[in-house]
Amino acid sequence: MADLSINAEKARALDMGALLKDAGLTAFVAFALSISLVGFQIKDASGGLQLITRFGDVAVVTAIAFIGRVLLFLLRRGRGRAVLISSAVLAAVLLLSILASMTPDSLPQAIVATARAVLPFGNVVLSSVMLIVLVVLAVRGYQVMTHSVHEMTMEERDREMDKVAARVQKISLFLGPLALVFAIALPFMPFADRRIVDIGTLVLTYVMLGWGLNIVVGLAGLLDLGYVAFYAVGAYSYALLAQYFDASFWLALPFAGIMAAAAGVTLGFPVLRLRGDYLAIVTLGFGEMIRIILLNWYQFTGGPDGLSGIPRPSFFGLPFTRRVPEGGDSFATFFGLDYSSLHRVVFLYYLILALAMITNLFTLRIRKLPIGRAWEALREDEIACRSLGINPTNTKLTAFGIGAMFGGFAGSFFATRQGFISPESFTFIESAVILAIVVLGGMGSQLGVVFASILLIGLPEIFRDLQQYRMLAFGAAMVLIMIWRPAGLLAHREPSIRLWGRDKIGKKAEVHS
Amino acid sequence: MESTFEYFLEQLINGVTLGSVYGLIAIGYTMVYGIIGMINFAHGEIFMIGSFIALITFMILGIVGITWVPLAILIVLIVAMLLTSVYGWTLERIAYRPLRNSPRLAALITAIGMSIFLQNYVQLLQGARNKPMQPIIRGGIELMRQGDYVVSLSYLQMFIILLTIVLMAVFSLIIAKTSLGRQQRACEQDQKMASLLGVDVDRTISLTFVMGSALASVAGVIFLINYGVIDFYIGFLAGVKAFTAAVLGGIGSLPGAMLGGMLIGLIEAFWSGYFTVEYKDVAAFSILVLVLIFRPTGLLGKPDVEKV
Repeated sequence: MADLSINAEKARALDMGALLKDAGLTAFVAFALSISLVGFQIKDASGGLQLITRFGDVAVVTAIAFIGRVLLFLLRRGRGRAVLISSAVLAAVLLLSILASMTPDSLPQAIVATARAVLPFGNVVLSSVMLIVLVVLAVRGYQVMTHSVHEMTMEERDREMDKVAARVQKISLFLGPLALVFAIALPFMPFADRRIVDIGTLVLTYVMLGWGLNIVVGLAGLLDLGYVAFYAVGAYSYALLAQYFDASFWLALPFAGIMAAAAGVTLGFPVLRLRGDYLAIVTLGFGEMIRIILLNWYQFTGGPDGLSGIPRPSFFGLPFTRRVPEGGDSFATFFGLDYSSLHRVVFLYYLILALAMITNLFTLRIRKLPIGRAWEALREDEIACRSLGINPTNTKLTAFGIGAMFGGFAGSFFATRQGFISPESFTFIESAVILAIVVLGGMGSQLGVVFASILLIGLPEIFRDLQQYRMLAFGAAMVLIMIWRPAGLLAHREPSIRLWGRDKIGKKAEVHS
Repeated sequence: MESTFEYFLEQLINGVTLGSVYGLIAIGYTMVYGIIGMINFAHGEIFMIGSFIALITFMILGIVGITWVPLAILIVLIVAMLLTSVYGWTLERIAYRPLRNSPRLAALITAIGMSIFLQNYVQLLQGARNKPMQPIIRGGIELMRQGDYVVSLSYLQMFIILLTIVLMAVFSLIIAKTSLGRQQRACEQDQKMASLLGVDVDRTISLTFVMGSALASVAGVIFLINYGVIDFYIGFLAGVKAFTAAVLGGIGSLPGAMLGGMLIGLIEAFWSGYFTVEYKDVAAFSILVLVLIFRPTGLLGKPDVEKV
């Protein structure tokens, strides 16, 4: 007994030393990180720059790092109760101060002032994020305390998530149509106002882009960092065709696709022999090159001013305008409706929904054709493919071209929706976002793309009021999701073809036994 | 005027100055790629953070009253290298280490995510407007004169070129002679074997990031004092060009990174000097494409054997 207690005492003592060292180190790093960029702010002032100090915030960052590390350390050592109590107390203090500082009128001045002083960074948004983290920590502490969960290793977690993904894939037979029905019904839902439909349109644009890129990245395994180039080619094709030849949207749409596919094949041809990372950087270069050309070819593309007055799409020749064209009908008069600007918004929504579904259907079908199988085979093992007589360059080129074509379609939709395009809309960040959607969703997974688009595009749009934190959170989300699940949220690799009948035989055997 | 030797010389000097910046950043890319095989896309942001820290330090020194230029620059260099390395170290520790054994794409996406994060982090903290700085080194030597046209090598450019040469020499020595360099090269060749032989792989990789970040921060300081204006977005283009430089020189090869950086700098300078400024980036990328088509391993890269 005596021995044991000494050991326990020792363990605790050791614990404290290691704890302080660990937390102290973290706090030191946090201090070194924040002292420069957080500690000082360069402000424009009349007659030059001025330095403003924010040492209070540095102290807060350091303290947060220290406390956070202590809590994590205790959690790892199984001290659930301590974590639960301390993070619950901290969360309560934080919550009270957030509430108090958000309702300054109904409370005495002194309380509000204290709350504001307690509030980290004096900023409600960041404090709320911290509150969420603290609540999560408290829950984990409780779980550790009651031993209801054990620390999962990366592999275990991966396997768990893979099971979830497999289940999702199984029920995607139902889930897909269900999501489609929801998407069709969305504009008629009682909560759907103009803003919701607009966000839906935006999300669907990215879903379509994601599905288009999925052909290149997910199926053919070619890392493309310049997908936005084809999006731009599609958009400018339509805008220029409309400007010079008065082409309508429906006439220009196939042309935009063809132009983008041609661009894809032309750019892809010389470089598709390159290995993954090289290909990535070359495609990135192409994306930037097309943007620079659009920016500088002033006579043709309007340069940085862009192209405006791009015609809106019509509904089989019926325009969505208030003014009825001479000798014809507008959409509203033809169907005997009152004019509403919502008609066009809803029409655009359905248009992109249809385009996206075409992309989806195409992908699903082409996976079953020899060319689709060749893409997937090429992704898995190029050398084996070559020895089986598949021409890698041509196969990759088709994937590149077809992916680019769908990018072009989406681009001309973008042009007609915005009515104005400029090179500003086609920066590298767009490519990164689309690639992130494909990879985060789980490469090759069609539902994963939808899921990731809603997560990455829809959510930030809804929280538009927090504009300044949007991209910050976007970047952080990309990192966190990848760390949490490197293969992508809904990644599940299933062979796309089995030897015939094998599944059935397996099932039969089960029935018999 | 464009056909004169003087004009050529001027573009050459500009190109070498720009090449120093690219070369110093490219080393970070090439080392990280060599050791863990990932494109550290956020490396350009580290360069940007370096230049911001340098500007802040310059301003603090101005307030404190240290105005003797050599001392000020020395302090700024040291502070920027130290504080920026902490960013590089943290980046690796938080974002890349958990993904060490994951698919390559996951690491690349994380790196892009980190790049977006850091850009917006600096924008939030320091504001989106660009920050100008007064030139601190003036004057130079006249190299050539033809009528009114004077080609001069400014002290600033001399300092930059000298600093780059010294840093690259010191750095090459570290890699070639010290035990750290040996460990680094061992990890590059075979991480598992190196760890069996007692090399702390995690530590070596961390130190690689620290060294790369320190060099990138020096590039940031050079960018700041040479061009005199920075904003939160400078990291992207510089990063992409530096990566281009690393690929051009042969990724994984240190002399290649320096050579590639110089070449990209020279191409850009000459293109802007003799053709159009607007398309200088297109020129740099076109060269990259050409090199990759005809010599996919870069200029000094080792051919890599595909094993089945």
